[in-house]
Amino acid sequence: MSRAGKIARRTFLIGSAAIAGGVAFGIYAVRRPHDNPLADGLAEGEATFNPWVKISSDGITLITPHVDVGQGVASAQALLIAEEMDLDMDQFQISFGRPAAAYYNTALAAEAVPFMATDEGRAAETMRSVMNAAMKVMGMQTTGGSTTIPDSFDKLRQAGAVARETLKLAAAQQEGVDVAALRTEGGAVILPDGRALPYTDLAEVAATIEPVAEVALRDPSDWRLIGQPIPRLDMVAKSTGTQDFGIDLRVDGMVHAAVRINPRQGGEMLGFEASAAREMRGVVDVLEIPGGIAVIADNTWRAMRAADAVEIEWGPAPYPAEQDAHWDALSNSFTDDKLDQTWRDDGDVESALDGAETIEAEYRSPYVAHAPLEPLNALIRVDPEGVEVWTGHQMPRLVQTIVGRITGHDADQVTLHNQFTGGSFGHRLELEYLKHAAHIARQLPGTPVKLTYSREEDFAHDFPRHIAMGRGRGSVANGQVQAMDLAIAAPSVMASQLSRADLPVVGPDLQIAAGAWNNPYALPHYRMRAYRAAELAPVSSWRAVGSPGAGFVFDSFLDELIHAAGADPLEERIRLMDHQVSRQVLERVGEIANWTGPRGDGQGRGVAFVESFGVPFAQIIDVTATDRGIRIDHVFASCDAGTIVDPVNFESQVQGGIVWALGHAMNCEITYSDGMAEQSNYHAHEGMRIWQVPQITLQALQNNSQIRGLGEPMVPPAAPALANAIFAATGQRIREMPFNRHIDFI
Amino acid sequence: MRLTVNGTEHEVDVEEDMPLLWVLRDELGITGPKYGCGIAQCGACTVHIDGIAARSCQTFAGDVAGAEITTIEGLGTPDALHAVQAAWIEHQVAQCGYCQAGQIMQAADLLSVTPEPSDDDIDQAMGGNLCRCGTYTRIRAAIHTAAANLRGA
Repeated sequence: MSRAGKIARRTFLIGSAAIAGGVAFGIYAVRRPHDNPLADGLAEGEATFNPWVKISSDGITLITPHVDVGQGVASAQALLIAEEMDLDMDQFQISFGRPAAAYYNTALAAEAVPFMATDEGRAAETMRSVMNAAMKVMGMQTTGGSTTIPDSFDKLRQAGAVARETLKLAAAQQEGVDVAALRTEGGAVILPDGRALPYTDLAEVAATIEPVAEVALRDPSDWRLIGQPIPRLDMVAKSTGTQDFGIDLRVDGMVHAAVRINPRQGGEMLGFEASAAREMRGVVDVLEIPGGIAVIADNTWRAMRAADAVEIEWGPAPYPAEQDAHWDALSNSFTDDKLDQTWRDDGDVESALDGAETIEAEYRSPYVAHAPLEPLNALIRVDPEGVEVWTGHQMPRLVQTIVGRITGHDADQVTLHNQFTGGSFGHRLELEYLKHAAHIARQLPGTPVKLTYSREEDFAHDFPRHIAMGRGRGSVANGQVQAMDLAIAAPSVMASQLSRADLPVVGPDLQIAAGAWNNPYALPHYRMRAYRAAELAPVSSWRAVGSPGAGFVFDSFLDELIHAAGADPLEERIRLMDHQVSRQVLERVGEIANWTGPRGDGQGRGVAFVESFGVPFAQIIDVTATDRGIRIDHVFASCDAGTIVDPVNFESQVQGGIVWALGHAMNCEITYSDGMAEQSNYHAHEGMRIWQVPQITLQALQNNSQIRGLGEPMVPPAAPALANAIFAATGQRIREMPFNRHIDFI
Repeated sequence: MRLTVNGTEHEVDVEEDMPLLWVLRDELGITGPKYGCGIAQCGACTVHIDGIAARSCQTFAGDVAGAEITTIEGLGTPDALHAVQAAWIEHQVAQCGYCQAGQIMQAADLLSVTPEPSDDDIDQAMGGNLCRCGTYTRIRAAIHTAAANLRGA
């Protein structure tokens, strides 16, 4: 690793202002472009113009380095390149490519700095620029934080434009015509006489010339693909059973592995007895790995069955064994020594609440599992000269580092073949399953091993969303909200997650407060304090990370204050909103829902607004209280993520994300007993079934000056909107997820 | 034992109680049916046994020797789509796609029994098929489209 890279690794902080970009790394390291990974191993006559485009006489390959975990980014990335290259969507192949620093995420920095997304001031912009320098020097290739579109939007159009202009230059040279007389269409350069030269026929000439440096991007009025309903590239394969996921891969000589790792996560294995398992049909071996055992067999089912037959003595959990103790830890964390950061201190909350009649409430957000439907799996082969890994992962370069450390290889000796995954929701940021796979494969050099988690193992080691507790105190006067004093206590998800990647975290954890501090309201008096509890069960980024919990606390309590003030829930939110784009989102959702108030007598309407990942998002939910429980009738949604690249996938993400958020708010939690998660499969952590799915109406605005991603922002407002609707319908205020602890659903 | 999958006979040497899912996936290399839960909670492993939708994770290999087994690969192919698959593509249903083979097999079974299903019929038939991405809104719409196209055919 370069010296600058080492400095970056040591000083990399998420949520801290202590980093000094150009100063720490040297301006040279920051400005120097990364090498083009496609330039290695280029065949004769193959051309590459940048890390995203490769052309040979056989065809065109577009690299889409953000991994597709179901959110449709393989198509979206390719579409952005194709737009500027004048390619039709059936004229190229796509590949996730090899991990490379050149694919560092240019949008992640904006998510990692402690400034509101609406803050475009000098300090905020400087910090974003400094953090971006760190991301670049480190080569942080990451899919996550709803950043694929903001990272890609300019960069990939630029890549396509460079390819287009370079191919035109190649055609001009080859044909002896003026480049200004050329245009492109349908994957070909069109000559003045109307002849079409396919790009593939120009590869050989293009390979000999320097890529054009200065290019102009198309005017939006000329877009053919962006903003149009373009079918996703993976749709036919995913509708015909022909899409290979990591779990489907087979290579010659492959053996199957199943693991059992201490379900008291991080605890030791004290001993095991495997003689019965060794005698079972198809079993090749039983191996010890850190924290547990692995069975090697000739078939996945035989491996899993034999793993179950191993008798194992587990050590205790390195965290409180019982769930109540986890809540107690949070309850005891609202103390000065645990104050992580005061994120907002507008007006004078203390004076405003002094002597006033206050409204007080406490909220809880539970541990929740990611549980994507494809269980974690990895195919891996370790040889003396290198390692090959096939798995779907959101941080490809970290996979190389972590695997190589276990197998005794340098990161660049580890080849990752990134895969489409059957969901993630943050689960494919985890590294433990890869560590297990590496520990197994290093004991079987030369043999490809496919490790497949059983669903039960996956639940036991989900690394769920962190728990959070919120306490609010507030006051109202003259029919308006006056003061809100909000405190949220949670363990640090970033510290837990990055500790498993051996990355340090310094400074406050933005995710304790995300969803609560950053909503652009102008309350007369607003204080938001985050308290950092000690680490409890290991936790991880779950779709929208901190915002589903803290956003539930914030918006629920705001709703309580508005109710106490006797104001209209939507009108008061609009009145308090101090950000034009966000206000328009609230107004629009009211229009599409034909808002006339919260109703009552068994019919309830709730509204909620939470900004996350730079996207203001409002939802209105209609419910009916029936004698069989609450029925969710209709969800109205509006948001503003700026330019919409793919309107159909945009709508799909919003529909699916709302179903995700409501389903988990209704009935999902992970609880610990005897140090183990009590939920082992979907019967105990179900989410929403088709019969519970409401009608969903979406109208998105495009006034946001920044383009944003839509993987997550629909999640945080859904739970509070539902709770607020249930309150309107029944008078029952639910302050704890999952809601089925307090009320039945149909 | 002999198994007939998508019209082809296979001789397999497996335990009587090996779930059909794992015979298909690991012994025959037919990977359209997916492992999601192993306890009939998600429906990702759904196949047709003698034309009726069944969870292959709960079906013993020994119990289906001689039966006609159809997987998503046998329902239709990219070049010759079944009406349900065509509707799935038209409505752009899939996100991660991992559950969709099971959803499609369940929907095809529904339409073979109930050619004009109501929303309630759909909810009842599809209630055991879990989609973590939450594509249910589009699944409903696609089933109605497939039903209309099948009736018109």
